Amino acid sequence: MLKKIAIAAVAALTLSGGAALAAGQAGHVENVDFSFQGPFGTFDQNQLQRGLQVYTEVCSACHGLRYVPLRTLADEGGPNMPEDQVRAYAAQLEIFDAELDDFRPRTPTDHFPMSNLSNAPDLTLMAKARAGFHGPYGSGINQLFKGIGGPEYIYSLLMGYTGEEKTEAGTTLYENTAFPGGWIAMAPPLYEDQLEYADGHSNSMEAVAEDVAAFLMWTAEPKMMARKQTGFVAVLFLSVLTVLLYLTNKRIWMPVKRKEKNA
Amino acid sequence: MAGIPHDHYEPKTGGEKWLHSRLPIVGLLYDTIMIPTPKNLNWMWIWGIVLTFCLALQIVTGIILVMHYTPHVDHAFASVEHIMRNVNGGHMLRYLHQNGAHLFFLAVYLHIFRGLYYGSYKAPREITWIIGMLIYLLMMATAFMGYVLPWGQMSFWGATVITGLFGAIPFVGEALQTWLLGGPAVDNATLNRFFSLHYLLPFIISALVAVHIWAFHTTGNNNPTGVEVRRTSKEDAEKDTLPFWPYFVMKDLFALALILVVFFALVGFMPNYLGHPDNYIEANPLVTPAHIVPEWYFLPFYAILRAFTADVWVVIAAEWITGGIVDAKFFGVLAMFGAIAVMALAPWLDTSRVRSGRYRPMFKWWFALLCVDFVVLTWVGAMPAEEPYATISLIASAYWFAYFLVILPLLGVIEKPQAAPATIEDDFKSHYGATSGAPAE
Repeated sequence: MLKKIAIAAVAALTLSGGAALAAGQAGHVENVDFSFQGPFGTFDQNQLQRGLQVYTEVCSACHGLRYVPLRTLADEGGPNMPEDQVRAYAAQLEIFDAELDDFRPRTPTDHFPMSNLSNAPDLTLMAKARAGFHGPYGSGINQLFKGIGGPEYIYSLLMGYTGEEKTEAGTTLYENTAFPGGWIAMAPPLYEDQLEYADGHSNSMEAVAEDVAAFLMWTAEPKMMARKQTGFVAVLFLSVLTVLLYLTNKRIWMPVKRKEKNA
Repeated sequence: MAGIPHDHYEPKTGGEKWLHSRLPIVGLLYDTIMIPTPKNLNWMWIWGIVLTFCLALQIVTGIILVMHYTPHVDHAFASVEHIMRNVNGGHMLRYLHQNGAHLFFLAVYLHIFRGLYYGSYKAPREITWIIGMLIYLLMMATAFMGYVLPWGQMSFWGATVITGLFGAIPFVGEALQTWLLGGPAVDNATLNRFFSLHYLLPFIISALVAVHIWAFHTTGNNNPTGVEVRRTSKEDAEKDTLPFWPYFVMKDLFALALILVVFFALVGFMPNYLGHPDNYIEANPLVTPAHIVPEWYFLPFYAILRAFTADVWVVIAAEWITGGIVDAKFFGVLAMFGAIAVMALAPWLDTSRVRSGRYRPMFKWWFALLCVDFVVLTWVGAMPAEEPYATISLIASAYWFAYFLVILPLLGVIEKPQAAPATIEDDFKSHYGATSGAPAE
């Protein structure tokens, strides 16, 4: 009887909770199938290089990547660019050197520049600082199977402009279905046929948004591939150890349990 | 050692005798590792080893992380990113440390609820229980201060909210809060002292763990029947027990390995699943996050803290009786610490003479409801402070207190317990003994 009441109570609470959540103000985040999802997912190096191009040509006009050292563009678990290309990429970005008291070209040991606009957030960790649907009922089950949703949020934000604008206190705001609250100060950054990819990959808005979202996942989590590999080896090793310990434990206890049985 | 009679270490060679007469450390280790352990312990008795492992893991990874971390408001966030990007294996160390805290709390809650069900807190194990509660409190303090160190948005605002609790104490609150923070608000002084204490407390926990183990090695382990090991003679004791090594060491290591498979899958494949995305935004005192949510292991008590709002009649009554000294905010703080205090007082609130919940037919259901209550509190703690969550958290908080303050004392009087087996040996035989009446050999 008590159990039934408890179950009924929990069910009632859970169901009523969901209804209230649905009325919340969170933006809509599309689900995207990225190559790096799941325990065996890896970064697509070509996609990261395309994403770097999008970042360089579009995002970097306002945003920065202050925590990313330029040399990591050559990392195997990242865009894997040849070193001379990294050097050339770095050299086109200037940095103020206090020792020289002058500007000089960046070297691979320098970081990416910081944001140019005070209200443009740094993008290094954006893919980990945002999330998708944390449901149902605040349980996080959706994220367990589909990922936390940071890169999906970036994709959805880039694709989520409705075309509506309004001016508030002298600032133009753009309606966006992914942005919490629905109105964002950033003008729509992407449009069709905005850039050309050297590898001939589709340059549709969807493809471009996906590429830059993947690139920002890399900037947020540059060691992801090494981490998954460590995780895989650890799980494999520990599974074998578990089996061995199970057999050892069974063997040790066998005489005790058998003796009791036959006593 | 006073306790269950068993064989002690006998030094044999000259060297052993020389050492033993000067420092009986081998004997101490021998008695600790060979302690007679009830042979009917079930799989809920593995969490102690898991907790010991977690403490060691946190200390080892923590000490290495400190070598690369900078406790300064201008550099803390960047130094964590430095660890994640430039330090060899740094990302793994940090994720192990971060998720190690989650495993630590999962294990401690299962360990505590095991104790609550099997009556491990009852005489003569009250000291073990109280030390355990102190360890749990220190764990929460350590975890909270550790969460502030990366200096993300949740670090900063979590610290602001939690230290604000002390500000709710009448008369001295504001001065106390300023003293704790080292200034009027969470700032560099706060970060520095939290860093210092986050490093110190685990060693105090280690010492308390030693006392915790010492205490229950004196009383002996509890077991699923709650029946004490026979101490009438060494032979009787040996019928009820097996030495910790190798029987329980192997059993515990097997369980630990299995848990670590899941743990390493979490660390390797989804290390940020249990974290909050906002903590990847650097702390900004000018921007308040939409929802300030603590880590999941604080949520049950956070829910109790928030449950008692100014419109609840007990709060109104308390405010009226005390002439406004106990307002809603202070009431919530009292309720939160009270929720842990009533749990610590369980040895004296439980009036039943039967130790294990296994032989208490009514207790079982109320205990099951307490487990559900704990899950519900965890869930509402993460929800925004609005209806229907406010009502749910109020009901769930009320049940938490009712369980310890009303149900436990009353059950001992009105409940008719079932008969527990006479000895641990009987219980063990009923599990592994021949049911078909096999001939004795």
